[in-house]
Amino acid sequence: MKKSTIVLLLLVVLALVLLPIFVAKDAEFGGADDQAEDVIADIDENYEPWFEPPIGDLPGEIESALFALQAAIGAGLIGYYIGTQKSKEKNSKQANA
Amino acid sequence: MKVKTIRGNFVRCFPLFSFLVLVLSTTPVYAMHIMEGFLPVGWCIAWAILCLPVLFIGIKHIKDFQTDSKMTMLLALAGGFIFVLSALKIPSVTGSCSHPTGTGLAAILFGPAVTSVLGLIVLVFQALLLAHGGLTTLGANVFSMAIVGPLAAYGIYKAVRGKADYEHNKKRVLLAVFLAATLGDLITYVVTSFQLAFAHPGASFFGSLGKFLSVFAVTQIPLAIVEGIITTILFSFIAEHNKEELSQLKVFA
Repeated sequence: MKKSTIVLLLLVVLALVLLPIFVAKDAEFGGADDQAEDVIADIDENYEPWFEPPIGDLPGEIESALFALQAAIGAGLIGYYIGTQKSKEKNSKQANA
Repeated sequence: MKVKTIRGNFVRCFPLFSFLVLVLSTTPVYAMHIMEGFLPVGWCIAWAILCLPVLFIGIKHIKDFQTDSKMTMLLALAGGFIFVLSALKIPSVTGSCSHPTGTGLAAILFGPAVTSVLGLIVLVFQALLLAHGGLTTLGANVFSMAIVGPLAAYGIYKAVRGKADYEHNKKRVLLAVFLAATLGDLITYVVTSFQLAFAHPGASFFGSLGKFLSVFAVTQIPLAIVEGIITTILFSFIAEHNKEELSQLKVFA
């Protein structure tokens, strides 16, 4: 893929991510899954969740830190892969020159 | 002249605009995996049992790759991609947040069985450390995010690519990747809606299904497109650098 195509595509991604913030101005964009639970409570009034997350209710700050950790692990693996491939490409070019 | 263009733009934008109004009028709900404790025991066990054979096949395939360092590297990459994408909660036009799945790439490279194992790892991580998803709902979440979504992505990739060869028809192959990742993501959340409606049918199954679909699937539409684009960019890099491995995995012809 050409570099200009990639930049263009990433701009589309950025627009898709930012657009909702401007379109739905009053929305909360909150993190809790509480609202999905409300739908169930609406349908099944008597339903009681029968199991609690073993780690308990996490404070927001710690939860976001753990989500960041998850993303960091993944990004690290992707970065390692791209770095290795790039240096391989460079080495084989030098060997051929 | 100018008036004409403005009117033309308005006519062109109208369907989009009415779609946004329709979407925004629905109640905001945070759509993600099925929450801990929110499926009755019977359903938890049923979904888990359905997942077991697929996970078993996936683990067997992964054991076969172990000796090949290049394959292990690609496997780590596919797993890392799921880790990143499913950690990013992104705002959607419904005024709520959800996250992509990232499983499309793994499904295209390794097929749905191997992907189910990678998805399981991420879901266990989230259920244990993040109180996101759940251990009791693990079977149901693996079934939707790590089995049916990837299976759909795999099928769509094969069908759209047809006999196209990457060297001669890059556009066709990349289009196949985009559609596979986008629709695989969307289908994951459609399955989640079905699972919740089966367990909580209320007065009518379809009424309940409609509610969950408007919650889970509609929020997911823009995120699915984001996932499709990012997957396509990364795939094109892999296709340039790991031609041999991709041929070996039968990703190309």
